[in-house]
Amino acid sequence: MAKAAARKTAPAASPSIERRPALAGRSTAATSAKVEVLPPAERMSLRAPEASVAALSKALGVTLPNKPKTSASKGGRTALWLGPDEWLVIDEAGNDPLADCAKVTSLHSAVGISHRNIAIAVTGAGAAATINAGCPQDLSLDAFPVGAASRTILGKTEIVLLRTAADAFRVECWRSFSDYVFTFLSEGSRDAAV
Amino acid sequence: MLLIRCPYCQEERPELEFRNAGEAHIARSANMAGETDDDFEKFFFIRSNPKGIIYERWRHMHGCARFFNAVRDTVTDKFVMTYKAGEPKPSKLPGVAK
Repeated sequence: MAKAAARKTAPAASPSIERRPALAGRSTAATSAKVEVLPPAERMSLRAPEASVAALSKALGVTLPNKPKTSASKGGRTALWLGPDEWLVIDEAGNDPLADCAKVTSLHSAVGISHRNIAIAVTGAGAAATINAGCPQDLSLDAFPVGAASRTILGKTEIVLLRTAADAFRVECWRSFSDYVFTFLSEGSRDAAV
Repeated sequence: MLLIRCPYCQEERPELEFRNAGEAHIARSANMAGETDDDFEKFFFIRSNPKGIIYERWRHMHGCARFFNAVRDTVTDKFVMTYKAGEPKPSKLPGVAK
């Protein structure tokens, strides 16, 4: 009995629970684009009917966008429109959006997916060409302006794409796909001629 | 690549983001257990498979993930129009003589 209790209270920093983010710190640089794995962030998948949007926006501190292919950002927190009642909320400031949503009483579904996704930054003059190596969407600035966000595909996998600047994108993919996505983007960046 | 207009995203998106989900406007009986075998066969197996205009369900799988309906020509593979799920069958089709 005493042994079991002692095991339960093992020190929190034991090596068995060390967190190892996928691909941590990996990056490649080609002449026209750089592909780089971003640090871990808090993420939440949020689904809610229109009646709850105002209350959720207030709790999160960022207005949930209601226009297709748009995003809204405030204080290190970004809300990406994925569908008519679906958002991806990314917090890079270390605050948990789930905790903010827990206070909201109106109908919604908030699921923590911080560890499910890996974010990869693609930056440089050839950033759009790099992603277009496997993504069929029109990524010209007219069709996909800064702040535009969309769920789409890259090669064989589903990604969520966010344009953070004219020559910078954030690619969110599932952790188990991240090796494929990173390699695909690295190959694409080598091919991307500007 | 085909460009398909998603009525929820309100723009044309590449076909790779979409999945076909069979014929549209097939009403499911509210009393399935009371259906005769012949009626159930019609509901479950029999599809119109026309040469020409067909009404289909599509899903914007790798986009907004919503189901919607599309009118397509099976001869030319051209999309005539798309509309949101739950909306009635359009009575007038743009650019189609009949």
